[in-house]
Amino acid sequence: MAEPLLDLRGVSRRFGGLLAVGGVSMNVREGSITALIGPNGAGKTTLFSLISGFLRPSEGEIYYDGRDVTGEPSHKLARRGIGRTFQIVQPFAGLTVRENIRVGAYLRHPRRDDAMAAAEKVAREVGLEPVLDAPADTLTVAGRKRLELAKALATEPKLLLLDEVLAGLNPSEIRDIIPVIRGLQRRGITVLMIEHVMQAVMSLAEQVFVLAEGRLIAEGTPEAVAADRAVIEAYLGHGAAVRLATVSS
Amino acid sequence: MKSFVPVALVIVALAVLPLFVQSNVVLNFLVVTLMLALAGQGWNILGGYGGQYSFGHAIFFGTGAYVTAILQVKYGVNAWLAFGCGMVAGAVVGTVVGWLAFRAGLRGSYFALVTLAFAEVLRIVASVAPITGAGVGTLVNLDMRFSAMQFQSRAVFYWLILSLVAAALIITWLIERSRFGAWLIAVRENEDAARALGVNALTVKLGAMVISGVVTAAAGCFYVQYFLFVDSHIAYGTWISVEALLTPIIGGAGTIFGPLVGALVVRALGEGALLITGHAPGLDLVVFGMVLIAVVWFSPSGIIGLRKTLLGKFRRPAAEVRRG
Ligand SMILES: Nc1ncnc2c1ncn2[C@@H]1O[C@H](COP(=O)(O)OP(=O)(O)O)[C@@H](O)[C@H]1O
Ligand SMILES: [Mg+2]
Repeated sequence: MAEPLLDLRGVSRRFGGLLAVGGVSMNVREGSITALIGPNGAGKTTLFSLISGFLRPSEGEIYYDGRDVTGEPSHKLARRGIGRTFQIVQPFAGLTVRENIRVGAYLRHPRRDDAMAAAEKVAREVGLEPVLDAPADTLTVAGRKRLELAKALATEPKLLLLDEVLAGLNPSEIRDIIPVIRGLQRRGITVLMIEHVMQAVMSLAEQVFVLAEGRLIAEGTPEAVAADRAVIEAYLGHGAAVRLATVSS
Repeated sequence: MKSFVPVALVIVALAVLPLFVQSNVVLNFLVVTLMLALAGQGWNILGGYGGQYSFGHAIFFGTGAYVTAILQVKYGVNAWLAFGCGMVAGAVVGTVVGWLAFRAGLRGSYFALVTLAFAEVLRIVASVAPITGAGVGTLVNLDMRFSAMQFQSRAVFYWLILSLVAAALIITWLIERSRFGAWLIAVRENEDAARALGVNALTVKLGAMVISGVVTAAAGCFYVQYFLFVDSHIAYGTWISVEALLTPIIGGAGTIFGPLVGALVVRALGEGALLITGHAPGLDLVVFGMVLIAVVWFSPSGIIGLRKTLLGKFRRPAAEVRRG
């Protein structure tokens, strides 16, 4: 098997006494769409911040593209090809959509005209073209999510970390954006996504990791994970799997 | 601003002004106004574009002034060379203070307070150190020659300060169009988002601080050549820190012409207030304060932003994002 693009080895992160992420080892295959799921407060966003260099791990190593990148700052990792979106969207509020995306595009295109062209291309890809000149703070929720995705995409990442880009969208908006994510994979971008919308996880991901209280409790195909007893208990509480089994039999 | 045309037009219009205005009083008014605009242009690059509000830009103005004066008086260095050294000193101070403040992760009011503290420390040191002339200050000898950068004609001084202001306008215009400028604005708008997009916030802020320092230091160097005197209150006093941030904020922080417009308005109001009040002490400061409050109240983006603010009242929300 080929070497994984991302390889976490026993990664932990403490906040004072709280173990937000505890000894997580997982890897993400190059070219895949991989999902990270788990109840609220499980440590998913913290794990993303560790991978993207916004936080340093308390223990463990992070290998990306075959090299140890543990503790490297976020801007350097972005340059290496790790892009991320934020669960709470972080637009450059005072700028237009075009200017927002162009900030990301400048990473690979130092010249203004090239960056502009690259930004417009990304806007087309995610469906933001009609609002290119709108101020970012006038966008709808769905528009902001797309902008969050577009900014990260503009850095031309190899590995894209998507933190709940579907949260807060209505079913038709979710249906609209799923093909966009599938399109990223076709372009060769490896996607690791945190997602609560199970319909999206089931249809997109080939591999799912489940985090609960900072620990990895299950991994496998979406079907296998959805049937996993530990996963059901993590979401629904202790003993839920047994109760569910009793009800359905 | 996309086009260079407005920048060129403003520079040319200001350059021909002395051909029509011969009054020394008016020229003196314009020279001092441009000098304050220059100090404000320096502040604008760091504060207006980078969102790092300094309350102590006197550190640059004062360092430029002292270096220019001391090199000439104590070491006999040529005035033009001393002027250049003063600007380089601004870059050095910018690097040191920026490194200390930004490395420590100081943002917002903490950064403002630290710059203010640096300025105060320098003021106190300058008021006792022998090399600055301590409490007495430093006088530059009158020597009306081109080589000494001293001119009989006010108009020549005017063109000198105008070329510095013009250079700062062009630098600002170039920054606006560059990747560095886009990254600087991104850091101002949202530092975390910028970092996620590969922006090294520390070097971007440091770069802005250095450019800012050079520009404001140039204003201090010019002060010495024009008034031939500097002491610790002039160099590192809060007056210049306030002027440097007031002119861009009133004119429009983060815009090319903001400091220029702001300096004209502030100085015109200040002079007007002095005339009306018969030089009652402190009253011009009251006028400053009132204008500042009015501007922030009506248009947080300054006088230049006023048009946008008014237009914004009629702005329609952006169209819905296209589906799929
Ligand atoms: N910066 C922080 N400081 C202290 N505690 C934090 C911080 N970030 C997250 N946490 C805590 O870590 C745990 C995991 O949070 P998070 O990673 O956001 O979970 P998830 O994204 O899975 O909902 C939570 O208990 C949260 O309160
Ligand atoms: Mg989260």
